[in-house]
Amino acid sequence: MNFAFLHKYASLMHFYRLSHTLTPWLAAATLALFAWGLVGGLLLAPTDYQQGDSFRIMYVHVPAAWMSMFVYVTMAVAGGVALIWKLKLAEIVSRACAPLGASFTFLALVTGSIWGKPMWGTWWVWDARLTSELILLFLYLGVIALHGALDDRRAGARAGAVLALIGVVNIPIIHFSVEWWSTLHQGATVSKFSKPSIHIDMLIPLLVMISAFQCYFAWSLLVRVRSEILDYDRNASWVRELGRAQEAGR
Amino acid sequence: MSALQAFLHMGGYAPYVWTSYGLAAVLLIFNIVLPRRAEQAALRRLARREALGESHDTAS
Repeated sequence: MNFAFLHKYASLMHFYRLSHTLTPWLAAATLALFAWGLVGGLLLAPTDYQQGDSFRIMYVHVPAAWMSMFVYVTMAVAGGVALIWKLKLAEIVSRACAPLGASFTFLALVTGSIWGKPMWGTWWVWDARLTSELILLFLYLGVIALHGALDDRRAGARAGAVLALIGVVNIPIIHFSVEWWSTLHQGATVSKFSKPSIHIDMLIPLLVMISAFQCYFAWSLLVRVRSEILDYDRNASWVRELGRAQEAGR
Repeated sequence: MSALQAFLHMGGYAPYVWTSYGLAAVLLIFNIVLPRRAEQAALRRLARREALGESHDTAS
């Protein structure tokens, strides 16, 4: 099959313009969802009968942890597409995912630690869930290092994609770690296959916050992709045109 | 205790809760501001290149 049609849709110029069209909408959606989620999570959700108000850390911890894995899979899939079809856009998306995913992973680890102190009595334990999430952070840092390690940015993107694909093994390990090994970490609260083990007034803000993080990711990714596109395509006529327009506007 | 104080107090977990939310806010804001600045910097670089290119043309 001929995949040339993909190159047309993946044109960097089109994507750059599309990004500028989409980001204001994504920004508005993100802010609205955060407003809803924060009011629901911090004000309306009832205090937990066991954990008191400390459970409200969940509304940043769980979305951050979810995004740490979602972004990783996005990065690996984009990396795979970049390796197989040599699409510049896929390389750029894969590159742009890495610092964002690392931020989410860091946030998940630190908020988990802050939540663990009052609830478990310790900032950290070397159990399966926490350790595999820490390994995820190291995978992200390794991918970022590879991106920067090679002078040729396309070769760097491919090297990062290979590591990203190898590291996918870690994702099911993180997810199932709480079932496979004994751990302090609680099991899944929200599952596709069973009734959630959480009150509906606590659950709705959580789902809203997860949507807010998801929207935020799309927004931030599209913003990040733009400077990369300008760099990748810096000798293309449309980028030179953009430069001339900028120069004229100064 | 006023309602606002009670809210900020977070049932005694204020340092834990607000540190978590504060860190989240800082990270999320940075991941928008820094890429935006990177794009602005890239556009400035492009403009400078065009300006230099044109001055080269007139000089030669």
